[in-house]
Amino acid sequence: MTAAPVLSIRGLTVAFGTRKRPTPIVNGVDLDLVPGRIQGLAGESGSGKTVTAMSVLGLLPRTAQLGGSVRLGETELLGLRRRDLSRIRGRRIAMVFQDPSASLHPQLTIGHQLTDHVRTHLGLSRTEARQRAVDLLERVHVPDPADALGRYPHQFSGGQRQRIAIAIALACEPEVVLADEPTTALDVTVQAGILHLLRDLALERQLAVLLVTHDLGVMSAIADDVAVMRHGTIVERGPREQIFTRPEHPYTRELLTALPESDFTDERARTALAERDSADDPEVGP
Amino acid sequence: MKPRRLRRAVFARIPRAWLTPLAIIGLVVALAWIVVAFTASSFIPFSPTEQSLPRLQPPGGEALLGTDGLGRDVFSRLMAGAGVTIPLALLLVAVSTLVGVIVGAIAGFFGRWVDEALMRVTDLVMAFPTVILAMVIAASLGPSLFNAVIAGIVVSWPQYARVTRSLVLSLRTQNYVVAGRLLGYSPLRSLLRDILPNIAGPVLVLAALDIGTAILLLSGLSFLGLGAQPPTAEWGSMISEAMRNFDSWWIGVFPGLAILTVVMAFNFLGDSLRDILDPTSQTERESAGVAHAPAQAAGSDR
Amino acid sequence: MSDLLQVEDLVVEYGGRHPVRAVDGISLTVRAGEVLALVGESGCGKSSTARAVVGMEKPAGGAVRYHGEPVPPLGLRTRAAALTAMQMVFQDPNSSLNPRKRVAAQVADGVAAARARGAGGPQEAGHWLEQVGLDRALAARYPHQLSGGQRQRVAIARSIAARPDLIVADEPISALDASSQAGVAAMMRRLCLDAGAGMLFISHDLSVVRQIADRTAVMYRGRIVESGATEVVWNDPVHPYTRALLAAIPRADGKGNLPQAPAAEAPAEWASEVPEALERA
Repeated sequence: MTAAPVLSIRGLTVAFGTRKRPTPIVNGVDLDLVPGRIQGLAGESGSGKTVTAMSVLGLLPRTAQLGGSVRLGETELLGLRRRDLSRIRGRRIAMVFQDPSASLHPQLTIGHQLTDHVRTHLGLSRTEARQRAVDLLERVHVPDPADALGRYPHQFSGGQRQRIAIAIALACEPEVVLADEPTTALDVTVQAGILHLLRDLALERQLAVLLVTHDLGVMSAIADDVAVMRHGTIVERGPREQIFTRPEHPYTRELLTALPESDFTDERARTALAERDSADDPEVGP
Repeated sequence: MKPRRLRRAVFARIPRAWLTPLAIIGLVVALAWIVVAFTASSFIPFSPTEQSLPRLQPPGGEALLGTDGLGRDVFSRLMAGAGVTIPLALLLVAVSTLVGVIVGAIAGFFGRWVDEALMRVTDLVMAFPTVILAMVIAASLGPSLFNAVIAGIVVSWPQYARVTRSLVLSLRTQNYVVAGRLLGYSPLRSLLRDILPNIAGPVLVLAALDIGTAILLLSGLSFLGLGAQPPTAEWGSMISEAMRNFDSWWIGVFPGLAILTVVMAFNFLGDSLRDILDPTSQTERESAGVAHAPAQAAGSDR
Repeated sequence: MSDLLQVEDLVVEYGGRHPVRAVDGISLTVRAGEVLALVGESGCGKSSTARAVVGMEKPAGGAVRYHGEPVPPLGLRTRAAALTAMQMVFQDPNSSLNPRKRVAAQVADGVAAARARGAGGPQEAGHWLEQVGLDRALAARYPHQLSGGQRQRVAIARSIAARPDLIVADEPISALDASSQAGVAAMMRRLCLDAGAGMLFISHDLSVVRQIADRTAVMYRGRIVESGATEVVWNDPVHPYTRALLAAIPRADGKGNLPQAPAAEAPAEWASEVPEALERA
């Protein structure tokens, strides 16, 4: 809408299982990530939202069968060799995970992890890299950054670890950030701070952010645009306010009705919800 | 059309892990030996103990695999030997498992001094080298196959006790076990209904892997003269007798091959059983779909 | 109204020589026909409290009384029949059910407990499955053939089949999909009140708690910092921690409002004692 997208996903399909009998997980997803905007991808467990994010970075197991297209600027990412992809990963596209421990090495100091990254990708000198690391930690509000460089991940609280993981993600000035449930493992009081940080960073650094979360409260707080995913397809998409106040798809209406902290309610969605678990789920076969 | 559908239905029920070549070889060979063990007497051409043929005949003549130094048919002795060693090995493993599970369950469930006492006993047994301890026991009981089995049981129950104890300890705090206790389950009932059925898998794997070891142990003791006594056709003692006629290779090689194949078959079988029942391998399989396959789909594959 | 459950100055500690104090002297009561929510963030001691209440944890101090009698630790003795009227619902639906037993048999365990106590009530598993909004046909299934939400409902069915007068629920909805959380919580409240039972509902999700709890107690670092009628606590929080907690909940209104973030991580004032924040009505 505003600017040209840096990352375009077109007709993305992902299937697992054997070639003869693949189990489709994602069925034709289109998404555009625009600089300075946060694109939300909402859905419940099993909707395929995480798989969508992972496929952008080639982080899926080799058995995954991918189709469609993922373009970063002029580069087609699907089918790219692992080596080329790993050059893009971290450098141009960074990822923030639910569990910050996943992106932090437990036995290396924070400083080591931050400067290593910067030096390999940007070719900075040791002192330059160190200064950059201090700046980054300061930016993500880790107290006493110079001291923090010499410490190990386990010496920080969960919230601080997530801030450090974000600093590492930003270290090489990526254009795109994929954030997969970045606050789900955190307490609400800690989550609030991380949400502020993500919102500010997206604007200030003109990051194109894909925010994957099941938490519609989080979505409502920081996403600019929202896509709702179910069974591997996007059932509804639009600007945040429209999705939250005038949802059209019955599934979106159900999700919002079920939420105590949302203002939206719909009687038909309420009855549909009540029947969801009780009904014999066809996907569960004896 | 119909047989094809039937075949698909049958194969769909067999877990993927079963269909590896090693698993199939293991299953076929082990089953073949078990069948031989129980039917040998009906198809062997000669008596395994009667010295009715010319001595030291090479394979290929009247005696399919030749004859030994006493004029006995090697093939007949080989087949009859399966009937001696395999059932006794199965018995050995079954009794050790039973004893080990009972001891381990009591130790794990009651804890405190009961646990301390029982675990010190298992440590004591496990501190000795298995084969040497078995030799000492078999020798002191007097050489016989039955005593060899008893020696085998004495040396192998502790591993089952250890594994059972640690599994019971980890399951004891599972929510469903606690839920059962809150519903008024007695400790014994909790153990029998909530805990033991859920540790059966890993214990069975251990037992399956142990069958090969048991066969080796029984043959080994017989080889040393501490197990089967002449003229019983037992693989270990056949090899031992072959040493007296070193030039006649067939007397020792065939029982050796028999031991090799049966031990490997049971080990393959145990390995694939472990792959099937191992919860981590299961998660791996699910995680292909998982990470976000419908939660239900993950749950539906058995 | 008599107190079903009385917790007085409960202390729970873990570890041997240098124990960590998870619960640091809390008191609360649950009466018949009411839902008391115990809320707080990770590590505040709310789950340890739940475990101590049912006897899974031996208190290092204080007392837990159920119908006026101390609750014995869940050791090697069989629970007295009278105590099976206290039931627990766990957080993780995957480990709450015995993987090797059919749903019907697990619910039947609950029925058997009620009968052993002399409490009547419907015998068939199907009835209790319907009570929790599940199809009767699920009775023949094994747990792995159910979705997470269905498993949790079966666990709830098993506990209510025991005709409890007190349910202790430890984060019973946090492992469920967001769309079923509020529904399951509301169902638990309804089942409880219909049976005239009381419930201690432990959760970190204040917006759900607001909908189902009569009274709320907010825990921080092993202590209750604020408690009282749910609406009072929610609308007019007094303690600095409660205020920060409520302000940090993002509202799904689509307006893009960022929740308020505390100025620092765990400021000292959160641990302060505010006497007027307790027992608010």
